[in-house]
Amino acid sequence: MANLTINGKVFNLDVEPDTPLLWAIRENAGLTGTKYGCGIAQCGACTVHLDGAAVRSCGVTVSEAQGKQITTIEGLASDNGLHKVQQAWLENDVPQCGYCQSGMIMAVAALLKDNPKPSDQDINDAITNICRCGTFAQVREAIHIAANA
Amino acid sequence: MNQHVTPRLNRRSFVIGTAALGGGLAVGLDIPFGGPQVVRAADGSPEVNAWVVIRPDDTVVIRIARSEMGQGSLTGLAQLVAEELACDWSKVTTEYPTPGQNVARKRVWGDFSTGGSRGIRSSQDYVRKGGAAARMMLIQAAADEWKVPAAECTAANSVITHKASGKTTTYGKVAEAAAKLSPPADVKLKDPKDWTLIGKGVKRLDTADKVTGAMVYGADIKLPNMLNAAIKDCPVTGGKLKSFDEAKIAGMKGVKKVVTVDGTAVAVVADTWWHAKTALDALPIVWDEGPNAKVSSESIGKWLAEGLESGPAFVGNENGDAKAALAGAVKKVEAVYNYPYQNHATMEPMNATALYTADRCEVWCGTQNGEAAFAAVLEASGLPADKCEVHKLILGGGFGRRGQTDYVRQAVKIAKEMPGTPIKLLWSREEDMTHGRYHPITQCKLTGGFDADNNLTALHMRISGQSILFSLRPDALVNGKDPATFQGLAPSGEATIGYSVPNLLIEHAMRNPHINPGFWRGVNVNQNAIYLECFMDELANAIGQDPLEFRRKLMSKNPKHLAVLNAVAEKIGWGTPAPEGVYRGLAQLHGYGSYVAGAAEISVIDGTKIKVHRIVASTDPGYVVNPAQVERQIAGSFVYGLSALFYGGCTVKDGRIEQTNFDSYNSMRIAEMPKVESIMIPSGGFWGGVGEPTIGVAAPAVLNAFFAATGKRIRSVPLRDQNITFA
Ligand code: FES
Ligand code: FES
Repeated sequence: MANLTINGKVFNLDVEPDTPLLWAIRENAGLTGTKYGCGIAQCGACTVHLDGAAVRSCGVTVSEAQGKQITTIEGLASDNGLHKVQQAWLENDVPQCGYCQSGMIMAVAALLKDNPKPSDQDINDAITNICRCGTFAQVREAIHIAANA
Repeated sequence: MNQHVTPRLNRRSFVIGTAALGGGLAVGLDIPFGGPQVVRAADGSPEVNAWVVIRPDDTVVIRIARSEMGQGSLTGLAQLVAEELACDWSKVTTEYPTPGQNVARKRVWGDFSTGGSRGIRSSQDYVRKGGAAARMMLIQAAADEWKVPAAECTAANSVITHKASGKTTTYGKVAEAAAKLSPPADVKLKDPKDWTLIGKGVKRLDTADKVTGAMVYGADIKLPNMLNAAIKDCPVTGGKLKSFDEAKIAGMKGVKKVVTVDGTAVAVVADTWWHAKTALDALPIVWDEGPNAKVSSESIGKWLAEGLESGPAFVGNENGDAKAALAGAVKKVEAVYNYPYQNHATMEPMNATALYTADRCEVWCGTQNGEAAFAAVLEASGLPADKCEVHKLILGGGFGRRGQTDYVRQAVKIAKEMPGTPIKLLWSREEDMTHGRYHPITQCKLTGGFDADNNLTALHMRISGQSILFSLRPDALVNGKDPATFQGLAPSGEATIGYSVPNLLIEHAMRNPHINPGFWRGVNVNQNAIYLECFMDELANAIGQDPLEFRRKLMSKNPKHLAVLNAVAEKIGWGTPAPEGVYRGLAQLHGYGSYVAGAAEISVIDGTKIKVHRIVASTDPGYVVNPAQVERQIAGSFVYGLSALFYGGCTVKDGRIEQTNFDSYNSMRIAEMPKVESIMIPSGGFWGGVGEPTIGVAAPAVLNAFFAATGKRIRSVPLRDQNITFA
C-alpha cells in the first residue's frame, strides 16, 4: 500500500513500492492522461510534476514519490480555467495525434515556472520530449505565446 | 536464407467481398438513405443521410469514415461536408460510424481505410455530395412546410430563408421532416471558386481533449472487470513458441492466467498491465526460432547486392535502349545506394481491448483500417459479422503501422481464453520495436551516361530488395510485379518520374527477406527519392553543372514537377550566396498525386555534425482543404523523414531486430528541427495527398546539401551508422 498525493488529492493505493510512478498513476489512480511511450525515461510522454519539477514518471518509483506533491495533466488546470500552457496549445492548434502532448505540456509548464521568458536556446535545452508527429514548430510558437500571456 | 514469405490472407478484400454480396460498393448517394423510414443516431436525432445527423438544438454531427491519427483529416473531411451543407461551422461535431454498421448498411460510408494519403482525396467527391444532398433535403423540408418552391429558398449557416415571404427556420427544426424525404436524384457540387470553408485554415475539431489528458486512446480504455495483458511474440519471424515455465511465476502478484497465442506468442494476463509485464519478464520462455535464426543484416545485404548485378527483374519504366546507350556513352557515372528497415515507432504502442463471449465479440482499438480490424475480429473469434463489432478510437500515431491488424487478432485470441472478461492487450515499447511491419529494405544501383556534349543520354536504375505488396497485398501484384516499388519513378499515374531521359530503364529485382515489411509513411518514395535525387546531383557534379540547372533541362515536359522545384529554389535563394559556412541542397518528386519539392540549408561541423538551418518545402496537391493542417503535415513529414535519415535503421542479427527502444532507435527533438517554410501552390483540377509526399524530399535535400558542404556523398541510411549526427 502507498499513499500518493496526486493533484492535491490523497490516493491510498494497493501498489508495490518499486512500481514505476507512471503505472501507479495510470492503473491504480486511474488517471490516464499521463502516457506510456518508452518506459526508460527517453521519450517524455509520461512527464509529471513532482513538487513542481518535471520528472519522467516511468523512471520514478512509487516510494520515491511518496510524500511529494504529484501533478498530472489532469491537475494542471485550476478553478480559474486551463493553465496558460494549455491555452496556448489550444490557440496555436498544437497537437496532431496528441499522444505526446500531455508530457510536452507538463515539461513546458515546469520550464515556464523556472524561466518565464525562455529563449529558443532555453527551449532547446529544456524540452527534449519526442513527438513522432513532428509538432515542434507549433510547440515552440506556443511556448512563446504562453510566455507572453 | 528463407527467400519467400508465404503471402497472407488478404483480410481487407475478404470484408469487401462479404459486403459486396449485399449489393455492391454502395457509397454516399447510391443507396436510398433517408426516405420514409427515418434512421436515427444513438441519441434519437434524425439522420438526414448517412453523413449528416442534425440535432434539434442545431448541432450538426458529421460522420467520418476515415481514421484520425494526427493528420487532421477528421477536420478536413468535416469541412468538405459542411461546405456543401452550408451549416454553421461552430455547431459541427463529428463521430465515427463503426465498421459493423458499415457492413450492416452495405458500406454506405464506403472505404474506412486510412493510408496512402487518401483520407481526403479518395472520399472528397462523395462526402461533398453527402453534404449537398442533405442541404437540398433540408431546404425541401422547409419549402414543403411553407408551401413555396424549394428553388425560392436559400440556406446559409444552418438557416433556411425564403426571401419573398421573409420566413426563416433552422436546420434543427426541419431535420426530422428532411429525414423522411427521398434523397435528390441529381446533386450538383459548388464550383471551387465559390468555396468559403474549404481552403480555410480552421482549427482542428479534436484538440480540446488532447491538452487536458481527457482524450481516450486505445491504451487508456477502461471497462468493468477488465484485465490487462502483456505479450511476447517469437523474436524471430517464422519461429514458434516451444515452451515456458509457468511455475516460475506462480503466485506473482495480480497474475490471472498465462495464454499462448497462435503457437508463436505467450501472454500474461493480470489485474494491472504492470503486473502482467513484470510477470512476463520473469517467465522463462524457450523459442523454436525456425528457419530464419541465422539471418543477419550482412546476409540480407549480400543477397540484395547480388540482385543488383544479376537475376530476373521486373521492369517499371522503360524507354529507348538504356543498356545500349550506356555502352556507347562518352562518360559514365555509377553509384550504389541502400535504404534500411525502419520501425514506425508510433508514440502509442500497439494495443487493442477485446471482450469475447460465446455469441459476441467486441474490440476497442486505434486502427487505420476499421474494416480490416473488423475482419480480423471475425476471423480470430470465429463469429459472424452480425455478432462482431469494432469501436475505433483516436490513434496515438499511425504512419501506416495501424493499417495492420496483428495486435487486434492477438487481443481477440487472448480474450477468447477468458470469455466474459474484457482484456486490454498493450505491447511494451520493446515488443513494438521488435515486431514491427518495417519499412522495406532495398538497394539501388544507378548508372548514367553522357554524350560528348554532356547531354544525359541514358539512365539505368536497378532496385534490389523487398516488396510490400508481396507480403501484404499479393492480390495487387501484376504478374508478380509490385508496381508500388516504382513509386515516384513511374511513367504515368500518381507518382511519376519528373525527368525525360531518351534511354531509360528502371527495374526491380524482387528479393523478400523474412522480416515483415509494411506501409511506412511515404512508403517507397522515401528510398526512391534518395536514389534518384541524390544521383541527379551526382550526375550534375560529374559534368560540372549546377544541380538545379541540370534538372531543369530534363524537366521541360513536366511543368508541374518543375513548378514546385522552382518555388523552393527561389525561396531558399538558390543562385545567391548562402551565409558563411552554409550549404544548400534540393530535391523534388511526384507522389500520392501531389508534386512536391524541398530545399535545405545546412552547415557541417568536423565533417560529422549537421546543423539544419532552414528547410523550404513546396507542394501542389491540386486543392488545399485546410492550409493550417497542410502546413503541419508538411512540417511533421520532415520531422519523420529526417528522424529516419539520421536515426532510422533497424538491423538484423540472429534473425531478429536489434533495436528495442528509443535509446537505440532515436527520434528528432525540438532543438534539431528548424521551422519548415512551406509553399502551397494548388493548381486545381486534381486531388493529391498531403500527409506523405513531402517526406520523400526531406532526406535527399539534406544529403545533397551535405555533399555541397563536404564533397562527400552519403549513399547509405541512417547517418547514425556513419557516426554522423545532429550538431
Ligand atoms: S514513458 Fe517515460 S519517458 Fe517515455
Ligand atoms: S502529437 Fe503525435 S507524437 Fe506528438
